[in-house]
This record gives sequence, C-alpha cells and structure tokens, in this order.
Amino acid sequence: MREKIVLDLGKLPLHGMGTASITWWGTLAFMLIEGTGFALAIAVYLYLMSLATAWPINAPPPDLLPGTLVTLILLASLVPNILLSRWAEQQDLRKVRIGMVIMSILGTLPLIVRVFEFPALKVSWDSNAYGSVVWTLLGLHTTHIITDLVDTLVLAALMFTRHGRSARRFGDVQDNVMYWNFVVATWLPLYGCIYWLARL
Amino acid sequence: MTRPAPAPDARDSDRTLLAGALAETWKTPSGFWGALATVDHKIIGRRYIFTAFVFLALGGVLAALMRIQLAQPEARLLGPDRYNQIFTMHGANMMFLFAVPVMEAVAVYLVPLMVGTRNIAFPRLNAFSYWIYLAGGALLWTAFALDMGPDVGWFAYVPLSGPQYGTGKRADIWAQMITFTEISALAVAVELVVTIFKQRAPGMTLDRIPVFVWAMLVTSFLVIMAMPAIVLASTSLILDRLVGTHFYNPAEGGDVLLWQHLFWFFGHPEVYIIFLPAAGMVSTMIEPFARRPAFGYLGLVMALIATGILAFGLWVHHMFVAGLPRLGDSFFTASSMAIAIPAGIQVFCWLATLWDGTPVFKTPLLFIVGFIVTFVIGGLNGVMVASVPFDTQVHDTYFVVAHFHYVLIGGAVFPLLGAIHYWFPKLTGRTMSETLGQWSFWLVFVGFNATFFPMHILGLEGMPRRIYTYQPDLPWHGLNLFVSFSAVILTAGFLLFFVNAIRSARFGEIAPDNPWDAPTLEWATTSPPPSYNFAMIPIVGSLRPLWDDRDTLPIADGLRTDRRELIVTTLATAEPQAREASPQNSIWPLWAAIATTIMLIWSIFSPWAVVWGSIPVAFALIGWFWPKGTPEDGS
Repeated sequence: MREKIVLDLGKLPLHGMGTASITWWGTLAFMLIEGTGFALAIAVYLYLMSLATAWPINAPPPDLLPGTLVTLILLASLVPNILLSRWAEQQDLRKVRIGMVIMSILGTLPLIVRVFEFPALKVSWDSNAYGSVVWTLLGLHTTHIITDLVDTLVLAALMFTRHGRSARRFGDVQDNVMYWNFVVATWLPLYGCIYWLARL
Repeated sequence: MTRPAPAPDARDSDRTLLAGALAETWKTPSGFWGALATVDHKIIGRRYIFTAFVFLALGGVLAALMRIQLAQPEARLLGPDRYNQIFTMHGANMMFLFAVPVMEAVAVYLVPLMVGTRNIAFPRLNAFSYWIYLAGGALLWTAFALDMGPDVGWFAYVPLSGPQYGTGKRADIWAQMITFTEISALAVAVELVVTIFKQRAPGMTLDRIPVFVWAMLVTSFLVIMAMPAIVLASTSLILDRLVGTHFYNPAEGGDVLLWQHLFWFFGHPEVYIIFLPAAGMVSTMIEPFARRPAFGYLGLVMALIATGILAFGLWVHHMFVAGLPRLGDSFFTASSMAIAIPAGIQVFCWLATLWDGTPVFKTPLLFIVGFIVTFVIGGLNGVMVASVPFDTQVHDTYFVVAHFHYVLIGGAVFPLLGAIHYWFPKLTGRTMSETLGQWSFWLVFVGFNATFFPMHILGLEGMPRRIYTYQPDLPWHGLNLFVSFSAVILTAGFLLFFVNAIRSARFGEIAPDNPWDAPTLEWATTSPPPSYNFAMIPIVGSLRPLWDDRDTLPIADGLRTDRRELIVTTLATAEPQAREASPQNSIWPLWAAIATTIMLIWSIFSPWAVVWGSIPVAFALIGWFWPKGTPEDGS
C-alpha cells in the first residue's frame, strides 16, 4: 500500500498539559476506581447499619474532636494546594518548590491527628461488625493519605533536583494537586458517615 | 514548552533510514534481561495470551478429571475433598486466570494497533500487570499442588469460607488470588481507557472507532466499576479470617448475605466483562468474511453501552433463593430479561450482515456462526432462569451449569477461538492451517453441544452441581456417561486447536500484511508489526480506512525518531494535541511486582506484612518513576 503524507505533526508540543496529558487521564481513572471502592465501603456501612437493631452496636458514638480536626486541616490544605496548581501552571519553579514543601507538611499533619482518631472511635475492629466497618473506612482513608503523602514527598524531592525544571514535572505537580483534592473530597462523606450517622 | 524537533527527525525522506532509526529507539534488546524489561505491548500481549491459554489447558485437565469421575456412579477416582478443590480450582482458574485476562490480553495486543498508535498508554504498568497476573496464577496452582487449593467454590460463600468452617489457608489462597488478578485487570483497564480516549490516530472520531475497540472501552469501564466490589469482599474476608473482624459474622452484627451482594455486584458484570469483548470481536471479524460492512454500527455500539449499564442492575438474580423481598426479586427478573434486548439487537445485526453479504466460510466465520447458535440457546435458557419460580426449581442444579457454560463457552470462547485464527497472522506473521481449523471447529462445536446440552436435562432431573459422586439407583447414569464421552470429543477439538496454533507458529504459511482484506488499521502494518507499530501515524477518514482507498494510506509526518514518541489526540474528534513520549523499557515494573507479590502472600499469614511489605513496594515504585534523564523525559 502506498503512503501519502497529508499532515505534519512536527509543530506540536513535545508534552501535553492538562487534558492533553496521558497521566492526567490515568490519574482520573485511578480516582474512579478508588471512588467506587469508597462508595461501596460506605454502602457496606449503610447495609450493616440497616440490619442492626441499635447503631452503633454496643459502643458510644465516636469522639468528634480528632476527626473534626482532621477535616479542618484537610479543608485548609485545599488553599495552598490550589495555589500550587496555579504556580505549576505558570511553571514558576521557586514557588512550586515552596508549595511542595507546604503540601508535604500539610500531608503529614492529618496523619499525626489520625493517630488519635482511631482510639476516638471507642470500639475495636474485632468487637463487632460496627467496629469492623468504621476501622475499615478509617483505615482505607489513612492508606489514601499515606499513598499521596509518599507521592508528594518524592515529587517534592524531585523538584529540588535538575529534573525539576521541566513541563513534565509541572504536569506531575498538577496531577498530584488533583489527587490531593480527591483525597480531601472522599474524606467528607466518610467523615459524615463515621461521625454523624452514628449520632442519628 | 515547544522547541524545534532536533535532527534526525521523521521528515527524513528515506524510509529505510527512518525504519532503522525507529527500530533502534523502540527495540527490545535480545536476551533474558531484555525480555524481562520490555514494555512493548505486543510482546506483553502475546505473553498474556499464551499464559491465559496455558491456564485454559490446566482448567481443561481439571474438567476432564471431573468428567471421568462422574461418568459412572460411585466412582473412586477422586475423593470428596479433592473433588471440592478441583471444581473450585476449575471455576476460579477459568474465570480469573483465563476468561477475563485473555480478553484483556487480546486487547493489549490489538487496541493500540487498531487505533493507530505506537504503544499502549502506561506501558510499564502493562508490564507490571502481566507479572502480577502470572504471580497470582502461580500462587493458586502452587497451592493446589501442595493440597492447599481452595475448596469453597469459585464464589467462596460465607460462612463456608469464613473463619469458622474454612479452616487452614485454602480460602485465603482464593481471596488473595483475587487480589492479584484484580490488580492486573484494573491496571489493564486504565491503560485501555486512556489509550482509547487519548491515543487514537488523527481523524478517528468517536463514530470511526472499530466496534472491538468500543467493546473494550465499555469492558474497561465495567472492570473499573465492578472490580472494587470483589476487592472489598475478598479483603474483608481475609480480615475476618486473619484479624477477627465480623463483617460476615451474624452473631456480632455482620451478615452472610452481605458477601453475596458484594460478590455478585462484581460477579454479574464479570459475565459481561467476558462477553462484551467477544461480541466486539464478532462485530469486527464478521466484516471481511461477510464481504460487507457490519450492519448497524450505531446499534452495535449502543447495545454494548446498554449492556454495560444494565450489567449493574442484575446481580440479585444470582440470589433468588436467598430469601430477599419479593419486590426486589421482581425488579431483578425484569432487568434480567431486559438484557435480552441489547443482546438481541446485536444478534440481528450480525444476521443481517451475513444475510446481505457474501459469506466466506473460513474458520473464523464458522466460529462466529457457532457462537450465534450457541449463544442464542444460552440466552434463551438465561431468560428461563431469570424467572424466580423456575430458578427456584433449578438453582444449584446442572441446569445452571449448562446455562453458564453455554453463555461463557458459546458466548465468549467460540469468538475467542475464531479471533485467534483471525488475528494469528498479525500475532505471529504466519497463518493457521485452515483444514485443521475447520476440523477443530466441528469437534469443538459438536463436542460442546453434546457435552452441555444434556446437562439441562440432568438439572431438570434434579442432579445438583458440585457433587463428587451419585448412587446407582438415581436416573442420571446414562446421561452422565454420554456427557463424559462427548467431553472427549470437545477435548479433542481443543487439542487440535492447540496443535494447529503451535505448529502454525513455527511452520505456518508466511502471512501478508492484510491476509483477509480487512478494513481496520492493524492490517495497515506488517505481520507481525515492527516494534514501533507504524513508521508514520495513519490518518483516519472513515470507519473502515483500508476499504476507503485500497491503494493509498494517508499518513502524518513529523515525529521524532530519537525518542519514543506518539500522538495525543482530543477525546471526541481525535485532533492532534501533542507529541507525547512513551516510556522506555524498564526492569522496575518486575521488581515492583515481586515486592507486591511478597507483600500479598505474606499478608495471608500476618497483618504486619502490609506495613513492612509496603516499604520495598514503595522503593520499587520510586525506582520506576524516578526520571533517568532519557530523551523521553524531555519536554
């Protein structure tokens, strides 16, 4: 078969940003997987709740303080996170470095408070099905934070190396910002579920 | 950031030079390490397909053992414990290690070629997914060899699989094998979605996507939405068994039906995860053999999407005897029957294509016709079991065994065997023997129907599934003997297929680029394709680019040859957006897979494995993603 050249692609950029980026779509697909997982975990909570004669089962509702504190930290972290995304878009390496350090700290803080959140549930995972499901919900989200924190730390380190000054890295930062927004967004229904449904 | 493409670039007029430069950039080095580190979707796809067929053969051996055991009453070949392991292994192996992976494997090979790109999106994830799949399969079969094979049925119902009755580690092996196969399936689903969304050749708008690619897109979304349910189910089962949670313990507020809901919320879409790719293969393969475009492209695509959506509204029909509220049962009866509509639309489109075409009855078309006949029978008895009163009578009998083998083998394995014959030239550069192909089709088709049709009658006569033997005074002896003899014919058909494939791979006739005169892009490149698939990216002007103009292929110029480069296009209209780098070969996905395997197997025995085992995983991932200063990292 003969080939006929009808298009020259030579002028296209060497890397796509935003919706032209393959990793952006991949991140979105992984968010869909994890979002489905969280939705199903909440469905399990509601299912077990609908079967129980009293809810929580043989336990008081969880203490509000640590969970609410985590929620506030997570919500507050959105501000520098969104700023970081803008700086990455402007490809301002100095500001991005600062932003990545701030986000590394803001990723660690909720984990510290989270240590106090597990005992505040006032039930053990092996006490009953209620305990099992709230520990699982909290455990899932903790894994979520840890995963993104490790990603943030590695990326922050990377931004301080010679590899940092690259459109590809700024795109990575933007994807990381999007993922952290997702970590915060998934927490809100979980927070409502763990702390407020138990008080209905 | 744009900068002018450095020389040498693809504007080089000399095609030999271009091909040489591309071959150097995209090559998989020869030797052991090269093979382990490759990220070429064709090599990984071939590996995946080969491995899945090895698991098919192993699962077939288990089926043969069951048929020998059941050929006569009170046979003593297998004891009850071994039999439990064998039927569980057969089901789990065929579903998780053969049916789902083989469909994704074919897509891993074909989708990038069909959409006209040079590699799958996230090629290293693709390599990782294969290693994880292989490890999951090895775990299951090693456990079986050590008499630790799961023995709780392929859907592992609690309380049988729970801590109280499922002692030892057999149920954990099942649950963790699930984790392995789900990780690999989800990874491939993400790769396929992104490849189909963003890497289509310029001009391949949504209405110019081949039906098989549409089928894989819908399937990938089903995987993404359904598989988290089984991951949640198997993880909570392991937690119940390992650290004493109570998800499935009614004494402490848990519930056994929760398991069935979670399992079938995944398990029913699973059927379509297997069937939709097969339907897509049929819609694509039928064109060159009917010698006309497939009838009703829009109807075929809409049917795929409708099936994908309805798939999530059917799971309770697996639980009709579980004592759920009547209203729920009625709803799920209605939705189960509704799925016959998109299935029917596709069947009528295929029939119309053949009716109006001039069919050439080569082996792939024989398998297509065999598929239509068998799948319609399976669909009809599916409508029967969708009815609650009928299902109540035949639940857990051989009627159900007959039904699901009709839809799974008839509905998915027949098209798959046709697809292997059809795409074999592209996979290997050689053609499969037509004579042996026709023989294997007739043996498989006759053998299959003679094996599984009588099982309907056995079921109606009350023979339960999963019994290791039966007494001589029960009226099942004659039919069982007939079924076992028929299984010999079926086995002979499969053996002939394997012989044909292995022989043809070495001694088959050398295949031209487009041996079937087919219209889709994978036939625009050589058989087998070079490492970079297309020296220049094709431009697509219609649904059947190779039938539009049989002499000339419009192509695009301007990609660099000194780095692995492909084109990113817009989602709906496939307009070029960027020249994107595609990752180089890397050994890190293998290390990551080994670290993940250690963590997952260790976690069957100790919860601390998750903590300590994740550290090597994290290191492997950092090694994987840390930039190596290659041209691919530039921007």
